[in-house]
Amino acid sequence: MTELVIEAGHTEREYWRDLWRYRELFYFLAWRDLLVRYKQTIVGVGWSIIRPVLTMGVLTFVFGKLGKMPSGGIPYPLLVLCGMLPWQFLSTAISESGNSLVMNSALISKVYFPRVVIAASSVITSFVDFIIAIAFLVVLMLWYHFTPSINLLAFPFFVLLVFGASLGMGLWIAALMVEYRDFRFIVPFIVQFGLYLSPVGFQTSVVPAKYRLLFSFNPMVGIIDGFRWSLLAGKIHIYWPSVVISSIETVLLIISGIWYFRKTEQFFADVI
Amino acid sequence: MTQLAISIEKLGKRYTLGRQRAKGDGIRHAVEGAIRSPIEWIRRRMDASAKMEEFWALRDLSAEIRHGEVVGVLGRNGAGKSTLLKLLSRITVPTEGRIRLRGRVASLLEVGTGFHQELTGRENIFLNGAILGMSRAEIIRKFDEIVAFSEIENFIDTPVKRYSSGMYVRLAFAVAAHLEPEILIVDEVLAVGDSAFQKKCLGKMGSFAQSGRTILFVSHNIDAIRSLCLRGIWLRDGSMVKDGDIANVVEEYSKSMFSEEVPSWSNPAYGVTLNRIVLKNERGEITNHFSPGEDLKVEITFQTTKRVHRPRFAIGIVGMNGSCFTSNMLLDGRYPEWLDGEGTLSCTFKAVPLLPQSYTVKMAVRDENIKDFIFPYRDVTSFNVSGDLAEYGYKGEFVTWASRSTAVVIPYEWHLPNGDRVAVSLNRAKRDDLIKEDVLHSGT
Repeated sequence: MTELVIEAGHTEREYWRDLWRYRELFYFLAWRDLLVRYKQTIVGVGWSIIRPVLTMGVLTFVFGKLGKMPSGGIPYPLLVLCGMLPWQFLSTAISESGNSLVMNSALISKVYFPRVVIAASSVITSFVDFIIAIAFLVVLMLWYHFTPSINLLAFPFFVLLVFGASLGMGLWIAALMVEYRDFRFIVPFIVQFGLYLSPVGFQTSVVPAKYRLLFSFNPMVGIIDGFRWSLLAGKIHIYWPSVVISSIETVLLIISGIWYFRKTEQFFADVI
Repeated sequence: MTQLAISIEKLGKRYTLGRQRAKGDGIRHAVEGAIRSPIEWIRRRMDASAKMEEFWALRDLSAEIRHGEVVGVLGRNGAGKSTLLKLLSRITVPTEGRIRLRGRVASLLEVGTGFHQELTGRENIFLNGAILGMSRAEIIRKFDEIVAFSEIENFIDTPVKRYSSGMYVRLAFAVAAHLEPEILIVDEVLAVGDSAFQKKCLGKMGSFAQSGRTILFVSHNIDAIRSLCLRGIWLRDGSMVKDGDIANVVEEYSKSMFSEEVPSWSNPAYGVTLNRIVLKNERGEITNHFSPGEDLKVEITFQTTKRVHRPRFAIGIVGMNGSCFTSNMLLDGRYPEWLDGEGTLSCTFKAVPLLPQSYTVKMAVRDENIKDFIFPYRDVTSFNVSGDLAEYGYKGEFVTWASRSTAVVIPYEWHLPNGDRVAVSLNRAKRDDLIKEDVLHSGT
C-alpha cells in the first residue's frame, strides 16, 4: 500500500507522480473551458476566426497601408497573420492562465490536485484557438497561391517555443496573481504594449541595426521571426541571435515558472 | 503498526491574519504618504507585512486511526475541524508536524466542487469525477450507476443551472459516492438534500464503512455522527479534548456545549447576586438537553446582603426564529414580597412544545418601581431540544427542516374530508389520548 507523508516544509516527493495521475484533468479542464466559452453565443466557435481576421485587417491597414512598411514582396496580410499567430496565442494564454487560479478558487480551497493543471490547461485552451487560426492561415496561403519551402520543417520547433514561453509566463503570472491581484491590471498592459514592442505588424528588418540585439531580448522577437521564416520561406531575412535568445529565455521561463509555482502552490488555499 | 490508515504526529497549522492597519490608514493617506516620501512608504509597507497577526488553527495534534475505523470529528466552529480536514486532504500544508496516509484518499469537503452551471449533468459527472481523481475509464464504467443513484435520469442532458437544488446535490453526491477510496474524508456534506436522500447517503457511507474502509467524518449533526461512527475525536481551539468511544465523546461534547458556567451576576446597589442559573428536567437533573414535550425548569439561586423588595422576574425562551414564550411577573402579577439571604427561585415551563433546535434563555429582574432594572435582559444560558420527530408522529417530507421552522408547536388536529382525524402533539401523553380517539373514530 502506498504511503503518503505530508510534512511541514517538505514539498511532496509524490508531486510528479500525482501530476501523471491527474493527467486527464488537463484535458477535462481544457474541455470544460472550451465547452463553456461559446455557450449562449450566436457566432460560437466562429469567434476564434473573427478575432484574428479583424485584427489582421486593422494591422494590415495601419502598418501596411498607412505606415507603408516594407513587406519584402510578401502579401502584407500574410505577413501580419504569421506574426499574429504566436502573439495572440501568447497573449490569450497569459491572460487566461493568469486569471485561471483565481477563477477556480472554489476548486483550490476544496479539493486537492496539482494546481499546475489549472494554469496549464488554460494554455491548452488557448492553443486550440491557435490551431483554428492556423487553419485560417492555410486558407489564406492557398488564396495567395503561396507555397511554403523546406523551412516548414522547422515550424514545429517554433510552435514548441511559443508554447513553452506561454506556459512559463502563464505559471509566473498565475502564481503571482494569487497573492498580488495587481497583476490583474499589469497583464493587460503587457498585452497592450507587447503588441507594439513585438514585430507583429511589421518585420524585424525595419528595426535599426544598432537596436536589433536589444530588441531581440523580447522573447517574442525570435519566435515571430521564426514563424515567418518557416512559413513564408526564404524571402524573410532571419536574425539568428534573436532565435537563440528566445530559446534560452523560454527555457529559463519554464524552469523558473515551475520553481516559483511549486514554491507558492502549497499556500494557494490559504491566500486565495 | 501496519494497519494504521492515518497517523497524525504533532500536527500544527498557523495562519497569518490580515495586516494590522494603522489608524486613518485610508487610501488617501496611503497615496499622500507614497507621494511625499516614497522610500518611507515602502519601508512602512514592508514593516506592516512583517507584523501580521498569527493564529494557530491547529496545534500539537496527534492521533492514530486504523484501517476500517469510522471516526467522527466534533467541535464548535473554529475548533480546527476544517483545518484538520484541509490538511488531511492536502489542500494546504501543515506548519509543523506530520501526517502519514496509507491508501488512496478521497475527500469530500463540499458537494459538487467544480460543477459548472453551464454544463449538463452528463458533462459535470465527467468533470467532477476527474477533479475528484477518477480516471475517464473509471467514470465511464460507473456512469450508469452514478446516474441511477442520483435519480435524475431524465435531466442528464440538461444544464445543471436548470436543476433544483435537490437535484444538484443528489448528482454531486452520487459522483462522490462512487469514488471508492480506501480513506474517505467527509465534511458536513449531508447538511443538504431532503431527508430520504440524506438517509441514502448515510446508508452509502455505512456500507462503505462495513466494507472495511476508513472514514473521517465531520458534522454538526450529532445524530448522524453517533449512528455512523464508532470513535469520536473532539477538538477545541485547535487541540484535542477527547478521543475515544463515540458515545462518551458525544455525551461529553454535548454537555460542554451548553454547560458553560454562567458567571454570577450581581448588582451591588441592590445588594443582590444571582449565583447560579441552571435548567432542570422533569427528574430534577441539571441538564441542557430536553426532549420535545418535556417540562423545563429554570432555577435561580440568589444571595442578598440586604432585603430586596418586590422584585419582578422575567424569563424568555428564544429560538432561532425569535422569541418563543416568556414568563413575566409583570404580566401575571405574582411576585415575591422580598428576597432575603440565600434562596432559590424557579420557574417551570410545562410540557415545552418546542421542536428540535437550540434555544437561549433570557432573563431580567426589575425592582419594585418597575421602571428600573436590577438586572437588565441578557442571555443567561442555553439548551438544546433533540429527539426523533417520527416518534411524535411527524413523518412529512420536510421533517428535516423542522430545526429551521417556527420553534413552538401547540397540539393540533386535522379533520380530513373522509372524516379521519389526525392529531399532532409534542406532548406524548396528550397525543396518545388523541390517537385513541382517532382509532375509535375511524372504527365507527
